[in-house]
Amino acid sequence: MTTVIPTLPPALRRKRRRERARTLAFLSPWLIGFGFFFLYPLLSTVYFSFTHYDGYLAPVFSGFRNWDFVFTKYPPFWQGLGNTLWLVAVMVTLRVAFGLGVGLLVTKVKTGSGFFRTAFYLPYLAPPVAATMAFAFLLNPGTGPVNHLLGEIGLPQPGWFTDPSWSKPALTMLAMWGIGDLMVIFMAALLDVPREQYEAAELDGASAPQRFRFVTLPNIAPIVVFAVVTGVIQAMQYYTQAIVAGKVASGVIGGSGQQFESGYPHGSTWTLPQMVYNLGFQHYDYGSACVVALILFALTMAFTSILLRRRSGFLTED
Amino acid sequence: MTLASTLPRERAVPASAAARTARRKAVLNWVAVHSLAIAAALFFLLPFVFVFLTSVMTDRQALTSDLWPHHWQWSNYTKVWNTDGFLTWWRNTLLYAALGTALTIASSLPVAYALARFRFRGRNLALMAVVSMMMLPPQVTVIPMYLFWAKQLHLSGTLWPLIIPMAFGDAFSIFLLRQFLLTIPKEYVEAARIDGCGELRTLLRVILPMAKPAIAAVALFQFFSCWNDYFGPQIYASENPGAWTLSYGLESFKGAHHTNWNLTMAATLLVLAPVMILFFLAQRAFVEGVTLTGVKG
Repeated sequence: MTTVIPTLPPALRRKRRRERARTLAFLSPWLIGFGFFFLYPLLSTVYFSFTHYDGYLAPVFSGFRNWDFVFTKYPPFWQGLGNTLWLVAVMVTLRVAFGLGVGLLVTKVKTGSGFFRTAFYLPYLAPPVAATMAFAFLLNPGTGPVNHLLGEIGLPQPGWFTDPSWSKPALTMLAMWGIGDLMVIFMAALLDVPREQYEAAELDGASAPQRFRFVTLPNIAPIVVFAVVTGVIQAMQYYTQAIVAGKVASGVIGGSGQQFESGYPHGSTWTLPQMVYNLGFQHYDYGSACVVALILFALTMAFTSILLRRRSGFLTED
Repeated sequence: MTLASTLPRERAVPASAAARTARRKAVLNWVAVHSLAIAAALFFLLPFVFVFLTSVMTDRQALTSDLWPHHWQWSNYTKVWNTDGFLTWWRNTLLYAALGTALTIASSLPVAYALARFRFRGRNLALMAVVSMMMLPPQVTVIPMYLFWAKQLHLSGTLWPLIIPMAFGDAFSIFLLRQFLLTIPKEYVEAARIDGCGELRTLLRVILPMAKPAIAAVALFQFFSCWNDYFGPQIYASENPGAWTLSYGLESFKGAHHTNWNLTMAATLLVLAPVMILFFLAQRAFVEGVTLTGVKG
């Protein structure tokens, strides 16, 4: 890191100043954006979390009352936290494993590989609301095609989005349907693994699982970390699918300001981001909503920094 | 399913029996891989098929569990299209996505260029800040932001609170563009400098044409994320049906027709269609973009 030394020749000093102005000019849109859409609201969220605020009367300082409310007098918080952690653990694991599996499969398909790649990728593009509504229909216990087919082959027909013990698995299935992005990055990573390493391993008599364990996995490890980190971030923010599935399955009329049973059925799809919406925009308790928002932020930061401590794979310099 | 199947077999002069076993193994392998691929393709494609079949059923039949339409009722689509608001939702979504995308690129490209090329104090800090913004759940900042747009600027009930921030750089786009700009050799910039180009002109005349694939990828991502956005319109536009987007409107459409799965699925496909068409038109840019986010750097 160089510093401007006062004895620098004036011409050079002018050049430095010009460079600094130029850098600032190029960065300016984002500097404003960072300050105004990140720092300011983040600090305000901290401030509001210590106030009683309904959006109409001016915020009143209330110390830790909101924090105490969320942690000790608001049982739905613990249910929502539990659901969010469930999604982080189960949904992320299954999505990464399935994405890697499909990525592997696609690298081995020799006939019609273009068709298969497109077929596996397409669902990723489906708008979340549309995809969720499609799944609510497909998994409709009474008339949906999935239970119809399950019935035909004599398998049990779960209640899916209407049964608290099946609603999160149903959401997980929806998430696995959209692994197109993971498939593509895993496919690219798998094709980059040096072939000589496989040949060497084969000469040493390594079986297929061993080659996967000792050649493939170490080579694609940074991509697996990347997929897990982005997956955790997505799971922490999981919102649209959960809220739409709940609304559609409970048969509630949508539209503005309509109350509905949050996390239908029985709070099983209730997540932290929904809590922020529900507390803030339906109960006008902005203070408590900000507490939940900060907990969400802290958890996201904690998870990602733990995962990235060893590897900052996608941050490396040129 | 084994990796060996993709690798050339390097056996010197194989005995014919050994060659036959190897052949049989390769055939079995081919069959196994392709059966798995077909099973997976069914999992990924059947939902589209069932949604489509239901979208052309009659109201009556959509209430049964029959899978094949007895009577193909194409008029469901015109019915949905003519539903109050559907066209408005389209227009709003298109406005949000198109303006949002244009603003994002115009504001993110210079930032990405500076982060990739300029040496300045705090560059790593700036990069860390971009990445932390990428990780920030939108719910964390939504309350102060909503209060600002609604109470100070009185812009709730419109899409402007969603569009205007895009003129100030989008973290994900900045990051993706930076990763791509790093791969452009410095010599191009130096050559432009020797020819007397300033930084801005270098960016516009030299870098911009070379960065087209990355810009296309960012444009597609941004367009899709606006098109698909549900949380933003729910917060800012929900009070005014004239400002609803497709994602938000689609859900209320289901509410208004809560027994009509056929109409709901037709509407779902009408929301899905533009995204699919765009994908088939710009497939390469898209896939390149996805790989760039995960692999490059």
